[in-house]
Amino acid sequence: MEAFDYLAPRSLSEALGALGNGKRSLMLAGGTDVIVQLRENRRHCDQLIDLKHIPELMSYRFAGDGSLEIGAAVPLAELYEDTQVQNKVPALVDCATIIGGIAIQSRASLGGNLCNASPAADSSPALMALGARLVIASNGGNREVAVEEFFSGPGQNTLQPGELLLTVKIPAPAANSGAFYHRFIPRNEMDIAVASSGVSITLDGSGNISAARVALGAVAATPLMVPAAATVLIGKPAGAEAFAEAGEAAGAAASPIDDMRGGVAQRRHLSKILTVRALEGALQRIPGSR
Amino acid sequence: MARTHVSTRLNGEDTDFLCEPRQSLLEVLRDEIGLTGAKEGCNNGNCGACAVHLDGRVVNSCCVLAVETAGREVTTIEGLAQGEALHPLQQCFLEEAALQCGICTPGFIMSSKALLDTEPNPDEHRIRFWLSGNLCRCTGYDKIVRAVQRAAGELQESK
Repeated sequence: MEAFDYLAPRSLSEALGALGNGKRSLMLAGGTDVIVQLRENRRHCDQLIDLKHIPELMSYRFAGDGSLEIGAAVPLAELYEDTQVQNKVPALVDCATIIGGIAIQSRASLGGNLCNASPAADSSPALMALGARLVIASNGGNREVAVEEFFSGPGQNTLQPGELLLTVKIPAPAANSGAFYHRFIPRNEMDIAVASSGVSITLDGSGNISAARVALGAVAATPLMVPAAATVLIGKPAGAEAFAEAGEAAGAAASPIDDMRGGVAQRRHLSKILTVRALEGALQRIPGSR
Repeated sequence: MARTHVSTRLNGEDTDFLCEPRQSLLEVLRDEIGLTGAKEGCNNGNCGACAVHLDGRVVNSCCVLAVETAGREVTTIEGLAQGEALHPLQQCFLEEAALQCGICTPGFIMSSKALLDTEPNPDEHRIRFWLSGNLCRCTGYDKIVRAVQRAAGELQESK
């Protein structure tokens, strides 16, 4: 591994100061991607900035309006072990419990998974379905971006020089709504998605879908929102017919590649099936719908 | 490259070492401190042979920088036995023949220890889920699962 300096700032302003000192910087949260990438010469830096001593990055809380604000470096295990998170944001638990194995989840963070920007990352479609927004800090102040706007290509995000990902904000779920994330892998655990789907739906008083978000992973250069699938759902009764139509829309929106994990036709098919089943899972989570 | 002075707690004892920022915890444990229980398998976070505990949680020591352990608590396989008395997990792995070449064993035991610390009475499904980040390429997983189940029972009885 090439040599680098290790910095462990104790505050956000100290971290942003280091980020602006002209050296090539990389951020260290859980390190489960970046340490391996540095070792394999896939990324390079003069200084590695450890974010784990910065309180804002290592804490999470439910705000007064019911939204969940998660510091970008909080380990996944801390999130999914929290019963309040389990009860209020089960779709987040869906993704957090399947990113790597337990030894990865002890360290890996949502911020790291997002910044690493793998098209197959598990957190991205789940957070897109949940309507999450990202707070990005820089010396010029904070800006917010919808999570689906954060990715620009495989391994590429839209952070500008001098910026770092500060928090992930998941809005309070609407009444009568449910969300669900899952993926297809050829083994039971510890694998990278061949394809994945995250969805959320909200029902009105008569059981019709009033809002929907459908996202896919591993079937395009970035995690993919499928507005066409949401459009066909809205106004229809939540059930097999509408879900099948949304599945077709998801399959049509997928633009996958052939690689060692799966083929184009397989991934299109999986996009359809996974979306239908994710919608069924989301419906199951709406109180009173079972 | 300048070496950094790091003070940590290793297997219950205050420990100081010098390392370069780029050195992993695994490298420092094995090459600087001489604790060779944690093994280098894949060196990229997939195989679990290097698993140790960091502040009570199981981590892959190949994916931790040694400098990160300043002021924290590290436990390795060497920290499990009480003098000559093996930890029940170690004893059960031996008696259930849950190893063949043994390279993966320290990682399996550290992952199993973290599981039993969290969930004292896991079913087979939970054991297999928790150990999915540990790979064994020779003996297979059934005996490992049986050893963990037996150790769980013994630890429960001894409480």
